[in-house]
Amino acid sequence: MQAATPWLSLAIWIPILAGFAVMATGGDRNAHIARPLALLGAIAGLLVTLPLYAGFKLGTPDMQFVELSPWIERFNINYHLGVDGVSLIFVLLNSFVTVLVVVAGWDVIRSRVSQYYAAFLIMSGLMNGVFASLDAALFYVFFEANLIPMYLVIGVWGGPNRVYAAVKFFLYTLLGSLLFLVALIYLYNHAGGSFAILDFWTLPIPLNAQKLLFFAFFAAFSVKVPMWPVHTWLPDAHVEAPTGGSAVLAAIMLKLGAYGFIRFSLPILPDASIALSGFMITLSLIAVAYIGLVALVQADMKKLIAYSSIAHMGFVTLGFFMFSGRELIPIAVEGALIQMISHGFISAALFLCVGVMYDRMHSRQIADYGGVVNTMPKFAAFMMLFAMANTGLPGTSGFVGEFMVIMGAVKFNFWIAFVAATTLIFGAAYTLWMYKRVIFGDVANRHVAELIDISPREFVVLLLLAVAVLGMGIYPKPFTEVMDATVGNLVRHVAISKI
Amino acid sequence: MTGMMKLALLVVLAPLAGSIVAGLFGRTIGRVASHRVAISSVAVAFVASCIIFYDVLGGARIEGSVYTWLTAGSLKLEIGFLIDRLTALMMVVVTFVSLMVHIYTIGYMEDDPGYQRFFSYTALFTFSMLMLVMANNFLQLFFGWEAVGLVSYLLIGFWWKRPTAIYANLKAFLVNRVGDFGFILGVGLVLAYFGSLDYATVFSQAPAMAGTTIQILPGSQWALISVVCICLFVGAMGKSAQFPLHVWLPDSMEGPTPISALIHAATMVTAGIFMVARMSPLFELSESALSFVLVIGAINAFFMALVALVQYDIKRVVAYSTLSQLGYMTMALGASAYSAGMFHLMTHAFFKGLLFLGAGSVIIAMHHEQDMRKMGGLRKYLPITYITMVIGGLANAGLPPFAGFFSKDSIIEALHAAQRPGAGFAYWLALGGAFIGAIYTFRLIFYTFHGKERFDVTGATAHADHGHGGDEHGGPPHEPPWVVTVPLVMLAIPSVLAGFYIGKIVYGDYFGSSILVLDAHEWIAELAHEFHGAWAMVLHGLTSAPFWLAVAGVGVAWYLHIARPDLAGVVRDKGGILTRILEQKYGFDEFNDWFFAGGARKVGTGLWKGGDVTLIDGLFVNGSARLIGWFARIVRRFQTGFIYNYAFTMFIGLLGLLSIWLWLWRGALPQ
Repeated sequence: MQAATPWLSLAIWIPILAGFAVMATGGDRNAHIARPLALLGAIAGLLVTLPLYAGFKLGTPDMQFVELSPWIERFNINYHLGVDGVSLIFVLLNSFVTVLVVVAGWDVIRSRVSQYYAAFLIMSGLMNGVFASLDAALFYVFFEANLIPMYLVIGVWGGPNRVYAAVKFFLYTLLGSLLFLVALIYLYNHAGGSFAILDFWTLPIPLNAQKLLFFAFFAAFSVKVPMWPVHTWLPDAHVEAPTGGSAVLAAIMLKLGAYGFIRFSLPILPDASIALSGFMITLSLIAVAYIGLVALVQADMKKLIAYSSIAHMGFVTLGFFMFSGRELIPIAVEGALIQMISHGFISAALFLCVGVMYDRMHSRQIADYGGVVNTMPKFAAFMMLFAMANTGLPGTSGFVGEFMVIMGAVKFNFWIAFVAATTLIFGAAYTLWMYKRVIFGDVANRHVAELIDISPREFVVLLLLAVAVLGMGIYPKPFTEVMDATVGNLVRHVAISKI
Repeated sequence: MTGMMKLALLVVLAPLAGSIVAGLFGRTIGRVASHRVAISSVAVAFVASCIIFYDVLGGARIEGSVYTWLTAGSLKLEIGFLIDRLTALMMVVVTFVSLMVHIYTIGYMEDDPGYQRFFSYTALFTFSMLMLVMANNFLQLFFGWEAVGLVSYLLIGFWWKRPTAIYANLKAFLVNRVGDFGFILGVGLVLAYFGSLDYATVFSQAPAMAGTTIQILPGSQWALISVVCICLFVGAMGKSAQFPLHVWLPDSMEGPTPISALIHAATMVTAGIFMVARMSPLFELSESALSFVLVIGAINAFFMALVALVQYDIKRVVAYSTLSQLGYMTMALGASAYSAGMFHLMTHAFFKGLLFLGAGSVIIAMHHEQDMRKMGGLRKYLPITYITMVIGGLANAGLPPFAGFFSKDSIIEALHAAQRPGAGFAYWLALGGAFIGAIYTFRLIFYTFHGKERFDVTGATAHADHGHGGDEHGGPPHEPPWVVTVPLVMLAIPSVLAGFYIGKIVYGDYFGSSILVLDAHEWIAELAHEFHGAWAMVLHGLTSAPFWLAVAGVGVAWYLHIARPDLAGVVRDKGGILTRILEQKYGFDEFNDWFFAGGARKVGTGLWKGGDVTLIDGLFVNGSARLIGWFARIVRRFQTGFIYNYAFTMFIGLLGLLSIWLWLWRGALPQ
């Protein structure tokens, strides 16, 4: 079924074209044109995703808003788009975060403004492309193309050690992706010359081949998530990236990896997924516990939040790979997806909070702060909310996913749940200890005494995120409702052997 | 939605609305409007709770869902209410004490710049606590459970400039999280094995699950219900400050005193007790879990009371007393005497709320001095506070006919009657606790209100670190304004009278079906046969051991602090190592700081430096980059750009290949 209006294409190409338009405004003397234009592009990009949500039919796992036209006919590569209950939410999340990032960079970015905004808008369109692709070759193009704007954002607008971080980020993720490409070509041949992802789903593959393919996919996706032990690029990338870059990186780009697992690994390689679930669970639990402890001792706020991201993403991969018999545990899978969205809000919010302080103090070191609440009470209240959300407090979005995954884990294995639940303690410890040292206390130094509370622009950004975090925590049903049929279908699909 | 459900919704939403208005618009609408909004919202909740209580007494039972929180597959999680007699009692107690504390706060926080924020927090607390007690499922219970923890965190750190306050609130949150860790696993087990989080479904299936065992450790089968109950009880140990998770409660005294009364004495810390009573259909099925509860409670009741003996901070004495009293409630639960535990929860809410607010009144009069060594002889300056505190003290010490006597004596009797491993141990510790309890309570009263005046009337000891202090506070101590004393009196009344409801609540059928006690555990019912009215119980009490122990305790306190005040110090010194152990609070804080906090930081640093930085980044990531770099440097030497170099290399290469070919294939060559 072809969509009447190509909403997905609009969601991809409006930001990209807006990005090029912003770039065309040229140098910084036209920054006053570039900024509103970028905002306009981001808002237009968000608006065209709303019909997707409004018109989305619940209760069916089928792809919706499908667009199909040939692209490279010689290799049977198609421009094939469509969303189900899982990808839809990420398109929405991505478009939402893009608006926030544009607003957040408003006064802060003063050099190469048009290029900065162009990078973000193009990146936003490309990421929508990743989530909407139903053709593996198209997916791969979007997946890889994403690296370029992010590489530039870190490398150009980043901190003092930006080049090392940018190169590390690029190489790490690129190396993983190459094996992914090899796997796709294998599947292409195996499927008799098709790159359609949904064709891959029904392809019988022997177990050994499945395992090899699994590791090829794993190489690409685990780096993106990132899973322990291929996570070390993330703290460096975050520390060096500008605030907006960190927010997008954490909120959306990390989700690409987890999305890959649920779009490729699980449905295409169910038998290998089951065979290697122990491996995946082990790495996930290491992420939760090991990284939780590492986060505790960080002196740099951004590094701390970066490690916290890894620990939270551990819940996502944990939720995806728990099988009772051949059956995935639905509550855990949905919990993992919820966790992805929630982490998108919370990590973006926390990085923006650090950005608010960094713009004023030019330091990310916890030790340089103390008593910020005395001079920035409004900001402190917002950050309290986001910190609590990061610790998984009920009533915030952070609770929903963690709760669901833990509930699923207890069903699966008590001790796995036991290790996963340590996040209740570690998460609270590293987040609130940081909050205590940065926000509470008497005014620590002259710089803190001179701080000015958040501007209306910053207020709006944090408010939008606060509404999202609380709304999702108090009433997560709209989110689970959308994904329910898709997850149910996935569970049924994975339960059938493909050997 | 029925009318009763709407009323129940009003009970929770009114304080929430009050909190939001006072919190977000407090600065705009001003201090007076803020406290009016907050107080009237809690008053609405109180009145609505009373109406519901009345209906419930008439046999009503409210159960229903408010909205569906989420759906996942076939699972549906809802927000909803279950109001039976157990809940209704809690609702009235919570809203009543909360209302008193709100009114009291007007006086206590008068000069504080965070006035509106404080009211916002307390109203939010009331909302959270009501959500907790009114829940009809484990999810909402957990929501309320964590939400009261959040408010407790915010309020302990209310004066964020004090390093001790922000240390204490972090500690409180983390220790509670350790409890919640167990709690969430318990909830997870319930969902995994019962397939639902609704109380009604779970409780109705519980008897059928009694025989189910699960394998937690390889090779040993444990009863499912026992594991569930112990996990849930770990949560209660955190929230209700039971050994060894009690460590946060004494430090929580860093918060403003109204909070100590409301959250850290009357309501929040009793959430664990309420939870176990609510879960009686589960706990009743596990003898081992109840024995565990019994022993933990007994340890708290006795050993925490001992620590109260050596404290000088007036609030800390009351805090350790709270720990001990929570131990009594826990013991009651462990002896299947849920009704007695709940009754003690109620009387304790009144008299301990009173003691804290009284202590707060003293603290205001002393210009925020909390050290009892700098008080003394205050009874002539603070007559209302003195009289109400004595009432609270008598109730706390369990002397008849004050409320605490009835509840505490019932617990001790129930422990005596109980036939369960640990009951004997608990009984003796409970008796010991009764003696110690009387000593520390009257030590506090004698130290503060009697004897020599040890304070400086010029008010030079004022703490001015949170907006208090200033010229108008000079002069001798005087009774605080009516907003402070009226709540004291209002709490003193039930501290005297509430005990007389014992016939109905503990020995009668008040709780009915809301609490389940198996026939084999009906020790309270046995005691009920011997119960012939409250006055008869008082008369009987006069001949029983707890009474004489309490009287002896008061006597000891009198002798050491009134008759021979010089002796108190001597006893302390003679105590030697014992005194030091108590002064160190058994060393839990030091151990936790060293082992858990320090250990986690050490392990974290080790994993970071050793794992991430050295091994992964150093060896693999940068190592492989270096390896490639090294290889490239070597290979680069061959690219000189000179034709003769390349020709030479080619020639050598050709020669080499030829030799290899000849050497390898020499056997195959034609001879």
